[in-house]
Amino acid sequence: MRRGILPGFGLGLGYVCAYLGLMVLLPLAALVWKAYGIGAAELLQLLSSPRTLAALRLSFAGAFASALVNVVAGLLVGWVLVRYRFPGRRMLDAAVDLPFALPTAVAGIALTALYAPNGWLGQFLKPLGIQIAYTPLGVLVAMTFVGFPFVVRTLEPVLESLDHGVEEAAHTLGANRGQTFLRVILPTLMPALLTGFALALARAVGEYGSVIFIAGNIPMRSEIAPLLIVEKLEQYNYAGAAAMAVVMLGFSLALLLTLTLLQRRSAVWQEAAA
Amino acid sequence: MNAIVLARPVSMRRGFARALLIVPALAFMALFLLLPLTVVFVEAFKQGLGAYWNSIIQPEAASAIKLTLLVAGIAVPLNLVFGVAAAWVMARFEFRGKNLLGAFIDLPFSVSPVIAGLIYVLLFGAQGWFGPWLDAYGIKIIFAVPGLVLATIFITLPFVARELIPLMQSQGSEEEEAARVLGASGWQMFFRVTLPNIRWALLYGVLLCNARAMGEFGAVSVVSGHIRGLTTTLPLEVEMRYNEYNYLGAFAVASLLALLALLTLVIKTVLEWRYRGELPAHASAH
Repeated sequence: MRRGILPGFGLGLGYVCAYLGLMVLLPLAALVWKAYGIGAAELLQLLSSPRTLAALRLSFAGAFASALVNVVAGLLVGWVLVRYRFPGRRMLDAAVDLPFALPTAVAGIALTALYAPNGWLGQFLKPLGIQIAYTPLGVLVAMTFVGFPFVVRTLEPVLESLDHGVEEAAHTLGANRGQTFLRVILPTLMPALLTGFALALARAVGEYGSVIFIAGNIPMRSEIAPLLIVEKLEQYNYAGAAAMAVVMLGFSLALLLTLTLLQRRSAVWQEAAA
Repeated sequence: MNAIVLARPVSMRRGFARALLIVPALAFMALFLLLPLTVVFVEAFKQGLGAYWNSIIQPEAASAIKLTLLVAGIAVPLNLVFGVAAAWVMARFEFRGKNLLGAFIDLPFSVSPVIAGLIYVLLFGAQGWFGPWLDAYGIKIIFAVPGLVLATIFITLPFVARELIPLMQSQGSEEEEAARVLGASGWQMFFRVTLPNIRWALLYGVLLCNARAMGEFGAVSVVSGHIRGLTTTLPLEVEMRYNEYNYLGAFAVASLLALLALLTLVIKTVLEWRYRGELPAHASAH
């Protein structure tokens, strides 16, 4: 990688920095500047209204719960797709990415049509006393939908590269299947599971389109933080919107940083193992 | 003989464990992925083909299609050029702050779509930084097409770069260096060596970028103002119809977007099967 032979470093770097600066960093700086201008005391006051707190709590708790569901479901689906051969497997593998490809508004109205009290599934859940749409459960369902591919996709390459010899060794040494899975396989999958968890969490916290239809958006109960930001904007309450946005942005950045460190750590582990 | 008798119970137990895992996995996928997709089409065609067609050819639907194509038609090429430039810099050179630059390129993926819209409102809205100045010159960005384009660019910025960077890093720069040593100019090297090497990954990135650009909802929703026929893209049209209790119309427009999603998945899968070696490792088909 001698800089001498290959051209375009200065032009490329200049262009990339200018584009990123104008499109991403300047607008984000405007948000931080706006929040800074409000001042810490005022910021805390804006954030401490019960409705704002409830919305932030729902977004964070819902995203956390959905990421946990996705770790379990993603481990199961990833395992089945990599380990077993059955008809339709390739098609199912392609279908894992559906939540990435399907526009969130479409996912939102589709999930609502399924889980509304008179919906496809909702009508059967209603006699059981379970209501999903227009409750926090609906928020959880939508967040799980949008976060689903992350765990499967981060897990699959690791599952494929698993050394069968190690499993066989564990088996020969007298471990049963459960022990082999818990003590041999699961530790190897941990970095990928954590990465998938963090990615699904990051996506679900900020998710808007697929959630707002099924959530019903009842203040204090099923109203997510991004929706409250939109509502504040519509009332020209820029300060209130910016305050909430800064909290969410800070969380996302912290998560991104954790993720980077995690990936660096797991790269070190893999090198150490190899 | 003995061995076969011994082997049978083991394989039957394996078959049982296999079914115990496969059935719930398939059930989860059917419930969470296939059913939502099915419901879109069933609801869209509930009252027959005529009613479906009728709600698609409404003028506001036509203008939403045009606007969606226009916004993606501007945002995707811009992010394509950015992605190639970013991949060239990131995969071919060592410099200070490279890790930071990589983090900034990925940043839009971790920002909520609503915040992506909000930041442009804070910059260009009536009460934003540049609001009064823009107003004085009669330029409209928020609640107009430029705002939609800006928000879409922000949301889809990392897609192309993210596919190209790992691929170009794994390919190395020997071929390009050879082209230079043999006297190729910078652009000759780019068009005859670099571009052919990355073309399928480039297409792959553009495909994903385009799907997100056409389907983006949250960010454009914040900057759009929902002015029918002027600033409503297809996903916003879905929302407006749904909120007007025009469920058939909402699902009819949604079915167009679902078709786009299906088409994207099919092309993506075909690319993964046919050009596995020419895509970054994480995009490999299983």
